[in-house]
Amino acid sequence: MNVFDIIGPVMIGPSSSHTAGAVRLGRVVNKLIDDRKLKKVVITLSGSFAQTYKGHGTDRALLAGIMGYKSYSPEIRDALTIADERGIEYSFVKRDIKGAHPNTAQIHFFLDDGSEGVMQGASIGGGNILVNQINGMSVEFNGDNNTLLVMHEDKPGVIAAVTNLMHWEHAELNISNFHLSRQEKGGDAIMTIEIDNMPPDELVDDIRKIDHVTNAILIRRV
Amino acid sequence: MLKYETIAELVSEAEKRNIKISELVLEDQAKSMEKNHAELYEKMQKNFHIMIDSVKDGEKENQRSMSGLTGGEGFKMNSYLKRTGGGLSGNLMTKAMARALSVAGCNASMGKIVAAPTAGSCGIIPACLVTLYEDKGFSEKDIVMSLFTSGAFGMVIANRASIAGANGGCQAECGSAAAMAAASLVELMGGTPKQCADACAIAVSSQMGLVCDPVAGLVEIPCIKRNVSGLMIAFSSADMALAGIEAKIPADECLDAMREVGDVMTPALKETAKGGLAATPTGQKLKEQVFGTDNL
Repeated sequence: MNVFDIIGPVMIGPSSSHTAGAVRLGRVVNKLIDDRKLKKVVITLSGSFAQTYKGHGTDRALLAGIMGYKSYSPEIRDALTIADERGIEYSFVKRDIKGAHPNTAQIHFFLDDGSEGVMQGASIGGGNILVNQINGMSVEFNGDNNTLLVMHEDKPGVIAAVTNLMHWEHAELNISNFHLSRQEKGGDAIMTIEIDNMPPDELVDDIRKIDHVTNAILIRRV
Repeated sequence: MLKYETIAELVSEAEKRNIKISELVLEDQAKSMEKNHAELYEKMQKNFHIMIDSVKDGEKENQRSMSGLTGGEGFKMNSYLKRTGGGLSGNLMTKAMARALSVAGCNASMGKIVAAPTAGSCGIIPACLVTLYEDKGFSEKDIVMSLFTSGAFGMVIANRASIAGANGGCQAECGSAAAMAAASLVELMGGTPKQCADACAIAVSSQMGLVCDPVAGLVEIPCIKRNVSGLMIAFSSADMALAGIEAKIPADECLDAMREVGDVMTPALKETAKGGLAATPTGQKLKEQVFGTDNL
């Protein structure tokens, strides 16, 4: 904690958890989409998000984040209009997600190239977030660090291949958190690797070339 | 490096070196964040400018919250001030009240604010400091520096008690903001570090036990008006401390008490909108007005 966590952050109101945190959840999706073109989003709001989203502008905040705006961007207020102008279809569904944190959103996104994805995360207070699921697999990261997501087949040696590559090619990179999740033995798996420093872009390309790795995404601090 | 676990630490370090708490904190934060003084000062100056802008944004006649439950309070207070030549509380305080309402209103209408320490309590520190800047002729440099004092007291409060309504009730939000503001006001008025701590203790004592009971769960009723009460308590606490009236219970013990009170507070009174004003018949009716009866 430093003095600017207390006198700050600068944000668009009215609520750090329902507005600022919602923007940051949206920004995770923005990073997942990267520079591909977004066609449609279906946003499920659970718990307190579902109950108060209109009054806190949670809908606008999530959409603004998905479009790449930040928690201090004045455009948040007009996010619905901006999405219309950009030709992005959006809908909001109120549904309780069992066992989820009270401020949880699930964002299902559909891209122009036909691909799609789902991110589920919670706004846990003070603008902080926790991402719980990506494409149905459990992850756990807060967006405060640079986070590398590696989707792969659950095969022996894949983790070693990834971390060896990181160590031998980029010795300065230091892992601060590591989490592995898989759907079933031998099935789809996902590594969540939080890194202290900023990995170079080529790291992601190199990891994608590793055997049994299906995709890799770098989410810079949101 | 400072630990920000006790107010006593801030007071004794500043006294030992015969400097202001703000100077002590700027130096310490620059060291721990590995930045130079000028960078941190500029960042804080930017925050102060956003505070000034948030007053302007919220004092417009047509300012309305997202829910439509509130709006235009800052404008009304300013009109009253002009109409009556200072209302009941005098020019300075009435204007400060208008500013607190304006910033809290700016927040409720999705305007840009500085959380200080939270969005719900964002009107208190700007109302105090913009008032001293615009109406009492304090220099921008002194005002910006005093925000480091506010911030330092806030860090201790966060470490020792809480700054989240969901953990500690409104005493943790508007209460903390008033205590932080009171410390800044004392420093600006030339008070000693010990008097800053006394003002903090008096402000915390004045709001001990205040619950967080937002109608419909929105940061509007009673939050916007509680920013005004927080502002008044900040001024009165600072004035008492500057008059030499000491806090009988030291600031750190007040914060421990605040934490204990927050711990025993029922969850219904900690931001869940299930108790207090939120649970009143009118509170319930207003909730239905905004969200309908359809609830998950």
